[in-house]
Amino acid sequence: MTAPAAGKQQYPLRRRAVVADLLAERGDSLVVAGLGAPAWDVTAAGDSPLNFPLWGAMGSAVPLGLGLALARPRRRVLVITGDGEMLMGIGALATAALAAPTNLAIVVLDNEAYGETGNQATHTAAGADIAAIGAAAGLVWSRTVADDAGFEVARHQILTAPGPGLCVIKVRIEQLPLVLPPRDGVVLRDRLRAALQD
Amino acid sequence: MTTPVTPASDWPRDIYRALCAHQVRQVAYVPDAGHSRLIEYCRDDPAMIALPLTTEEEGIGLLAGAWLGGDRGVLLMQSSGVGNCINQFSLARVCRLPLLLLVTMRGEDGERNPWQEPMGRNSAGLLETAGIEPLRVDAAAAAGATVAAALERAYRESSAIAVLIAQRVIGIKSFDQ
Repeated sequence: MTAPAAGKQQYPLRRRAVVADLLAERGDSLVVAGLGAPAWDVTAAGDSPLNFPLWGAMGSAVPLGLGLALARPRRRVLVITGDGEMLMGIGALATAALAAPTNLAIVVLDNEAYGETGNQATHTAAGADIAAIGAAAGLVWSRTVADDAGFEVARHQILTAPGPGLCVIKVRIEQLPLVLPPRDGVVLRDRLRAALQD
Repeated sequence: MTTPVTPASDWPRDIYRALCAHQVRQVAYVPDAGHSRLIEYCRDDPAMIALPLTTEEEGIGLLAGAWLGGDRGVLLMQSSGVGNCINQFSLARVCRLPLLLLVTMRGEDGERNPWQEPMGRNSAGLLETAGIEPLRVDAAAAAGATVAAALERAYRESSAIAVLIAQRVIGIKSFDQ
Protein backbone atom coordinates (compact mmCIF):
# COMPACT_ATOMS: atom_id res chain seq x y z
CA MET A 1 0.00 0.00 0.00
CA THR A 2 1.37 3.41 -0.89
CA ALA A 3 0.62 6.69 0.80
CA PRO A 4 -1.25 9.16 -1.38
CA ALA A 5 0.92 11.83 -2.93
CA ALA A 6 0.62 15.19 -1.25
CA GLY A 7 0.69 18.57 -2.86
CA LYS A 8 -0.79 17.58 -6.20
CA GLN A 9 -4.08 19.37 -5.66
CA GLN A 10 -4.57 22.81 -7.25
CA TYR A 11 -7.76 24.08 -5.61
CA PRO A 12 -8.42 27.71 -6.53
CA LEU A 13 -9.39 29.00 -3.06
CA ARG A 14 -6.67 30.61 -0.92
CA ARG A 15 -6.99 30.11 2.82
CA ARG A 16 -6.04 33.61 3.97
CA ALA A 17 -8.57 35.25 1.65
CA VAL A 18 -11.29 32.79 2.65
CA VAL A 19 -10.73 33.40 6.37
CA ALA A 20 -10.43 37.18 5.94
CA ASP A 21 -13.72 37.22 3.96
CA LEU A 22 -15.48 35.17 6.60
CA LEU A 23 -14.23 37.16 9.56
CA ALA A 24 -14.93 40.54 7.95
CA GLU A 25 -18.57 39.89 8.79
CA ARG A 26 -18.12 38.05 12.09
CA GLY A 27 -19.71 40.73 14.27
CA ASP A 28 -19.33 39.63 17.90
CA SER A 29 -18.79 35.96 17.02
CA LEU A 30 -16.34 33.95 19.10
CA VAL A 31 -13.67 32.23 17.02
CA VAL A 32 -11.80 29.09 18.05
CA ALA A 33 -8.86 28.31 15.76
CA GLY A 34 -7.22 24.90 15.46
CA LEU A 35 -3.46 24.74 15.89
CA GLY A 36 -1.11 25.57 13.03
CA ALA A 37 -2.15 27.28 9.82
CA PRO A 38 -5.79 27.98 10.83
CA ALA A 39 -4.54 29.87 13.91
CA TRP A 40 -2.17 31.89 11.73
CA ASP A 41 -4.96 32.54 9.17
CA VAL A 42 -7.36 33.78 11.85
CA THR A 43 -4.66 36.00 13.33
CA ALA A 44 -3.73 37.37 9.90
CA ALA A 45 -7.35 38.47 9.52
CA GLY A 46 -6.96 40.52 12.71
CA ASP A 47 -6.16 39.44 16.25
CA SER A 48 -9.04 39.88 18.68
CA PRO A 49 -9.82 39.08 22.33
CA LEU A 50 -12.76 37.10 20.93
CA ASN A 51 -10.33 34.70 19.20
CA PHE A 52 -9.08 31.62 20.99
CA PRO A 53 -6.27 30.19 18.87
CA LEU A 54 -4.89 26.84 19.98
CA TRP A 55 -1.17 26.07 19.97
CA GLY A 56 -1.61 22.42 20.93
CA ALA A 57 -4.19 19.95 22.27
CA MET A 58 -4.68 18.71 18.71
CA GLY A 59 -8.22 17.45 18.20
CA SER A 60 -9.71 19.85 20.76
CA ALA A 61 -10.91 22.69 18.53
CA VAL A 62 -14.45 21.36 18.05
CA PRO A 63 -14.92 20.28 21.69
CA LEU A 64 -13.68 23.68 22.86
CA GLY A 65 -16.03 25.48 20.48
CA LEU A 66 -18.85 23.24 21.63
CA GLY A 67 -18.30 24.06 25.31
CA LEU A 68 -18.24 27.78 24.44
CA ALA A 69 -21.36 27.51 22.30
CA LEU A 70 -23.27 25.75 25.09
CA ALA A 71 -22.12 28.35 27.62
CA ARG A 72 -22.95 31.30 25.35
CA PRO A 73 -26.06 30.32 23.37
CA ARG A 74 -26.68 33.86 22.13
CA ARG A 75 -23.26 34.23 20.52
CA ARG A 76 -22.20 32.73 17.22
CA VAL A 77 -19.24 30.41 17.75
CA LEU A 78 -17.05 29.65 14.74
CA VAL A 79 -14.52 26.86 14.91
CA ILE A 80 -11.95 27.30 12.15
CA THR A 81 -9.60 24.36 11.89
CA GLY A 82 -7.68 22.16 9.46
CA ASP A 83 -8.31 18.71 8.03
CA GLY A 84 -5.55 17.08 10.10
CA GLU A 85 -6.78 18.60 13.37
CA MET A 86 -10.39 17.66 12.56
CA LEU A 87 -9.46 14.07 11.75
CA MET A 88 -7.67 13.68 15.08
CA GLY A 89 -10.89 14.46 16.96
CA ILE A 90 -13.44 13.35 14.37
CA GLY A 91 -15.73 11.78 17.00
CA ALA A 92 -16.40 15.29 18.32
CA LEU A 93 -18.68 15.84 15.32
CA ALA A 94 -21.03 13.21 16.74
CA THR A 95 -20.88 14.88 20.15
CA ALA A 96 -21.60 18.30 18.62
CA ALA A 97 -24.55 16.85 16.71
CA LEU A 98 -25.89 15.27 19.89
CA ALA A 99 -25.52 18.46 21.94
CA ALA A 100 -27.03 20.40 19.01
CA PRO A 101 -26.19 24.02 19.83
CA THR A 102 -27.75 26.09 17.03
CA ASN A 103 -25.02 28.76 17.36
CA LEU A 104 -22.07 26.51 16.42
CA ALA A 105 -20.51 26.46 12.95
CA ILE A 106 -17.38 24.49 12.08
CA VAL A 107 -15.15 25.42 9.16
CA VAL A 108 -12.51 22.94 8.02
CA LEU A 109 -9.84 24.46 5.78
CA ASP A 110 -8.97 21.28 3.91
CA ASN A 111 -5.71 21.37 1.98
CA GLU A 112 -5.38 17.58 2.21
CA ALA A 113 -2.01 17.95 3.94
CA TYR A 114 -0.31 18.36 7.32
CA GLY A 115 1.07 21.81 6.50
CA GLU A 116 3.08 22.34 9.68
CA THR A 117 5.13 19.17 9.30
CA GLY A 118 6.03 19.19 5.63
CA ASN A 119 2.76 18.79 3.74
CA GLN A 120 2.43 15.05 4.20
CA ALA A 121 -0.91 13.86 2.86
CA THR A 122 -3.85 13.61 5.25
CA HIS A 123 -6.58 11.01 4.78
CA THR A 124 -8.68 13.55 2.84
CA ALA A 125 -6.09 13.35 0.03
CA ALA A 126 -7.06 9.71 -0.33
CA GLY A 127 -10.75 10.52 -0.38
CA ALA A 128 -11.88 10.69 3.25
CA ASP A 129 -14.86 13.06 3.12
CA ILE A 130 -15.17 15.14 6.31
CA ALA A 131 -18.45 16.77 5.22
CA ALA A 132 -19.99 13.33 4.61
CA ILE A 133 -18.81 12.24 8.06
CA GLY A 134 -20.37 15.38 9.54
CA ALA A 135 -23.67 14.70 7.79
CA ALA A 136 -23.65 11.09 8.92
CA ALA A 137 -22.85 12.21 12.48
CA GLY A 138 -26.09 14.18 12.44
CA LEU A 139 -25.01 17.78 11.95
CA VAL A 140 -27.86 20.00 10.74
CA TRP A 141 -25.94 20.97 7.62
CA SER A 142 -22.62 19.74 6.29
CA ARG A 143 -21.14 20.57 2.91
CA THR A 144 -17.94 20.90 0.91
CA VAL A 145 -17.09 23.87 -1.28
CA ALA A 146 -14.10 24.13 -3.56
CA ASP A 147 -14.52 27.34 -5.56
CA ASP A 148 -15.61 30.98 -5.31
CA ALA A 149 -19.22 30.32 -6.22
CA GLY A 150 -19.52 27.61 -3.59
CA PHE A 151 -17.83 29.72 -0.95
CA GLU A 152 -20.11 32.67 -1.70
CA VAL A 153 -23.14 30.54 -0.81
CA ALA A 154 -21.47 28.83 2.14
CA ARG A 155 -20.28 32.07 3.72
CA HIS A 156 -23.79 33.17 4.60
CA GLN A 157 -24.61 29.73 5.97
CA ILE A 158 -21.45 29.65 8.13
CA LEU A 159 -22.19 33.06 9.62
CA THR A 160 -25.93 32.81 10.15
CA ALA A 161 -27.59 29.42 9.53
CA PRO A 162 -28.86 27.53 12.59
CA GLY A 163 -26.43 24.74 13.38
CA PRO A 164 -24.58 22.83 14.41
CA GLY A 165 -23.18 22.85 10.90
CA LEU A 166 -19.95 22.17 9.11
CA CYS A 167 -18.38 23.50 5.94
CA VAL A 168 -15.28 21.93 4.44
CA ILE A 169 -13.48 24.46 2.27
CA LYS A 170 -10.96 22.92 -0.08
CA VAL A 171 -7.95 25.23 -0.20
CA ARG A 172 -4.65 25.25 -2.04
CA ILE A 173 -1.41 24.18 -0.38
CA GLU A 174 0.63 27.35 0.17
CA GLN A 175 3.68 28.47 2.09
CA LEU A 176 2.58 31.67 3.83
CA PRO A 177 4.22 34.08 6.25
CA LEU A 178 3.55 33.12 9.87
CA VAL A 179 1.23 35.54 11.65
CA LEU A 180 1.35 34.39 15.25
CA PRO A 181 -1.20 35.03 17.99
CA PRO A 182 -0.11 35.38 21.63
CA ARG A 183 1.21 32.01 22.79
CA ASP A 184 0.66 32.55 26.49
CA GLY A 185 -2.48 30.56 27.30
CA VAL A 186 -3.22 32.69 30.35
CA VAL A 187 -3.26 35.83 28.17
CA LEU A 188 -5.62 34.17 25.70
CA ARG A 189 -7.83 33.00 28.56
CA ASP A 190 -7.97 36.32 30.38
CA ARG A 191 -8.64 38.47 27.34
CA LEU A 192 -11.55 36.29 26.21
CA ARG A 193 -13.08 36.09 29.70
CA ALA A 194 -12.72 39.87 30.07
CA ALA A 195 -14.30 40.52 26.68
CA LEU A 196 -17.28 38.39 27.68
CA GLN A 197 -17.83 40.19 31.00
CA ASP A 198 -20.04 42.93 29.54
CA MET B 1 -23.52 -6.92 37.25
CA THR B 2 -22.11 -4.75 39.98
CA THR B 3 -22.17 -5.90 43.59
CA PRO B 4 -21.64 -3.21 46.22
CA VAL B 5 -19.02 -4.25 48.75
CA THR B 6 -19.57 -1.37 51.17
CA PRO B 7 -22.77 -0.67 53.08
CA ALA B 8 -25.39 0.96 50.90
CA SER B 9 -24.82 4.68 50.66
CA ASP B 10 -26.09 7.18 48.18
CA TRP B 11 -22.67 8.67 47.55
CA PRO B 12 -23.65 9.60 43.96
CA ARG B 13 -26.41 11.77 45.46
CA ASP B 14 -23.84 13.41 47.75
CA ILE B 15 -21.63 14.21 44.76
CA TYR B 16 -24.61 15.50 42.79
CA ARG B 17 -25.49 17.84 45.67
CA ALA B 18 -21.92 19.15 45.68
CA LEU B 19 -22.15 19.84 41.92
CA CYS B 20 -25.44 21.72 42.45
CA ALA B 21 -24.05 23.72 45.37
CA HIS B 22 -21.14 24.85 43.19
CA GLN B 23 -23.31 25.77 40.18
CA VAL B 24 -21.81 23.17 37.88
CA ARG B 25 -23.65 23.37 34.55
CA GLN B 26 -21.81 21.24 31.97
CA VAL B 27 -21.38 17.60 32.98
CA ALA B 28 -19.42 15.66 30.39
CA TYR B 29 -19.08 11.91 30.65
CA VAL B 30 -18.19 8.66 29.03
CA PRO B 31 -20.80 6.22 30.31
CA ASP B 32 -19.59 4.17 33.24
CA ALA B 33 -21.39 1.77 35.57
CA GLY B 34 -19.75 3.36 38.62
CA HIS B 35 -21.04 6.80 37.64
CA SER B 36 -24.43 5.63 36.39
CA ARG B 37 -26.52 7.04 39.24
CA LEU B 38 -24.68 10.37 39.22
CA ILE B 39 -25.17 10.59 35.45
CA GLU B 40 -28.91 9.98 35.92
CA TYR B 41 -29.20 12.69 38.55
CA CYS B 42 -27.41 15.15 36.27
CA ARG B 43 -29.47 14.18 33.20
CA ASP B 44 -32.65 14.72 35.20
CA ASP B 45 -31.60 18.21 36.26
CA PRO B 46 -32.83 20.87 33.81
CA ALA B 47 -30.19 23.29 35.11
CA MET B 48 -27.43 20.97 33.88
CA ILE B 49 -26.24 19.92 30.44
CA ALA B 50 -25.22 16.27 30.78
CA LEU B 51 -23.34 15.38 27.63
CA PRO B 52 -21.95 11.99 26.62
CA LEU B 53 -18.64 12.06 24.75
CA THR B 54 -17.13 9.64 22.25
CA THR B 55 -13.82 9.78 24.14
CA GLU B 56 -12.73 11.38 27.42
CA GLU B 57 -10.31 13.57 25.45
CA GLU B 58 -13.21 15.67 24.22
CA GLY B 59 -14.07 16.56 27.79
CA ILE B 60 -10.89 18.56 28.36
CA GLY B 61 -11.57 20.84 25.39
CA LEU B 62 -15.27 21.00 26.18
CA LEU B 63 -14.71 22.11 29.76
CA ALA B 64 -12.09 24.63 28.64
CA GLY B 65 -14.64 26.19 26.29
CA ALA B 66 -17.33 26.01 28.96
CA TRP B 67 -15.25 27.91 31.48
CA LEU B 68 -14.04 30.47 28.93
CA GLY B 69 -17.71 31.11 28.25
CA GLY B 70 -18.56 31.37 31.94
CA ASP B 71 -19.90 27.87 32.70
CA ARG B 72 -18.54 25.54 35.35
CA GLY B 73 -18.11 21.93 34.37
CA VAL B 74 -16.99 18.51 35.48
CA LEU B 75 -15.80 15.42 33.59
CA LEU B 76 -16.82 11.92 34.68
CA MET B 77 -14.77 8.94 33.54
CA GLN B 78 -13.34 5.57 34.43
CA SER B 79 -9.62 5.20 35.15
CA SER B 80 -9.07 3.82 31.64
CA GLY B 81 -10.08 7.27 30.34
CA VAL B 82 -7.24 9.03 32.12
CA GLY B 83 -4.75 7.72 29.59
CA ASN B 84 -6.87 8.95 26.72
CA CYS B 85 -6.65 12.53 28.00
CA ILE B 86 -2.93 12.99 28.58
CA ASN B 87 -2.04 15.37 25.74
CA GLN B 88 -5.28 17.34 26.13
CA PHE B 89 -4.40 18.06 29.76
CA SER B 90 -1.85 20.53 28.37
CA LEU B 91 -4.76 22.84 27.55
CA ALA B 92 -5.83 23.11 31.21
CA ARG B 93 -2.24 23.41 32.34
CA VAL B 94 -0.96 26.02 29.86
CA CYS B 95 -4.10 28.17 30.11
CA ARG B 96 -4.41 27.60 33.88
CA LEU B 97 -8.02 26.58 33.62
CA PRO B 98 -9.98 25.09 36.50
CA LEU B 99 -10.60 21.40 35.89
CA LEU B 100 -12.35 18.74 37.93
CA LEU B 101 -12.29 15.08 36.94
CA LEU B 102 -14.31 12.45 38.79
CA VAL B 103 -12.63 9.14 38.11
CA THR B 104 -14.10 5.79 39.10
CA MET B 105 -11.28 3.33 39.63
CA ARG B 106 -10.86 -0.06 38.00
CA GLY B 107 -7.96 -2.44 38.38
CA GLU B 108 -7.97 -2.32 42.18
CA ASP B 109 -8.80 -4.96 44.83
CA GLY B 110 -11.29 -7.44 43.45
CA GLU B 111 -10.87 -6.52 39.76
CA ARG B 112 -11.65 -9.46 37.54
CA ASN B 113 -10.48 -7.98 34.25
CA PRO B 114 -6.67 -7.85 34.13
CA TRP B 115 -6.76 -5.44 31.19
CA GLN B 116 -7.98 -2.75 33.61
CA GLU B 117 -4.92 -3.08 35.82
CA PRO B 118 -2.31 -1.00 33.94
CA MET B 119 -4.39 2.20 33.90
CA GLY B 120 -5.88 1.47 37.32
CA ARG B 121 -2.44 1.20 38.91
CA ASN B 122 -0.99 4.18 37.11
CA SER B 123 -3.81 6.72 36.97
CA ALA B 124 -2.78 8.70 40.06
CA GLY B 125 0.87 8.86 38.97
CA LEU B 126 0.02 9.85 35.41
CA LEU B 127 -2.35 12.55 36.60
CA GLU B 128 0.28 13.95 38.94
CA THR B 129 2.86 13.95 36.15
CA ALA B 130 0.39 15.81 33.92
CA GLY B 131 -0.14 18.49 36.57
CA ILE B 132 -3.52 17.26 37.80
CA GLU B 133 -3.71 16.76 41.56
CA PRO B 134 -5.16 13.35 42.45
CA LEU B 135 -7.37 13.07 45.55
CA ARG B 136 -8.58 9.65 46.72
CA VAL B 137 -11.99 8.70 48.02
CA ASP B 138 -11.71 5.36 49.82
CA ALA B 139 -15.01 5.47 51.70
CA ALA B 140 -18.45 6.27 50.31
CA ALA B 141 -19.16 8.65 53.18
CA ALA B 142 -16.25 10.89 52.12
CA ALA B 143 -17.28 11.28 48.47
CA GLY B 144 -19.55 14.32 48.73
CA ALA B 145 -17.25 16.36 50.96
CA THR B 146 -14.16 15.54 48.90
CA VAL B 147 -15.84 16.62 45.66
CA ALA B 148 -17.17 19.79 47.30
CA ALA B 149 -13.71 20.70 48.56
CA ALA B 150 -12.16 19.93 45.17
CA LEU B 151 -14.71 22.12 43.37
CA GLU B 152 -14.17 24.95 45.81
CA ARG B 153 -10.44 24.88 45.23
CA ALA B 154 -10.55 24.23 41.49
CA TYR B 155 -12.67 27.32 40.89
CA ARG B 156 -11.07 29.53 43.52
CA GLU B 157 -7.48 28.85 42.46
CA SER B 158 -7.86 27.68 38.84
CA SER B 159 -6.54 24.28 39.90
CA ALA B 160 -6.79 21.00 38.05
CA ILE B 161 -7.94 18.22 40.38
CA ALA B 162 -8.98 14.60 39.89
CA VAL B 163 -11.06 12.82 42.53
CA LEU B 164 -10.33 9.10 42.29
CA ILE B 165 -13.18 6.99 43.67
CA ALA B 166 -11.91 3.63 44.90
CA GLN B 167 -13.24 0.49 43.32
CA ARG B 168 -14.39 -0.76 46.73
CA VAL B 169 -16.74 2.24 46.93
CA ILE B 170 -18.24 1.50 43.53
CA GLY B 171 -18.47 -2.28 43.65
CA ILE B 172 -16.87 -5.06 41.67
CA LYS B 173 -17.94 -5.99 38.14
CA SER B 174 -18.54 -9.72 38.42
CA PHE B 175 -18.59 -11.26 34.90
CA ASP B 176 -20.63 -14.16 36.39
CA GLN B 177 -22.72 -15.80 33.70
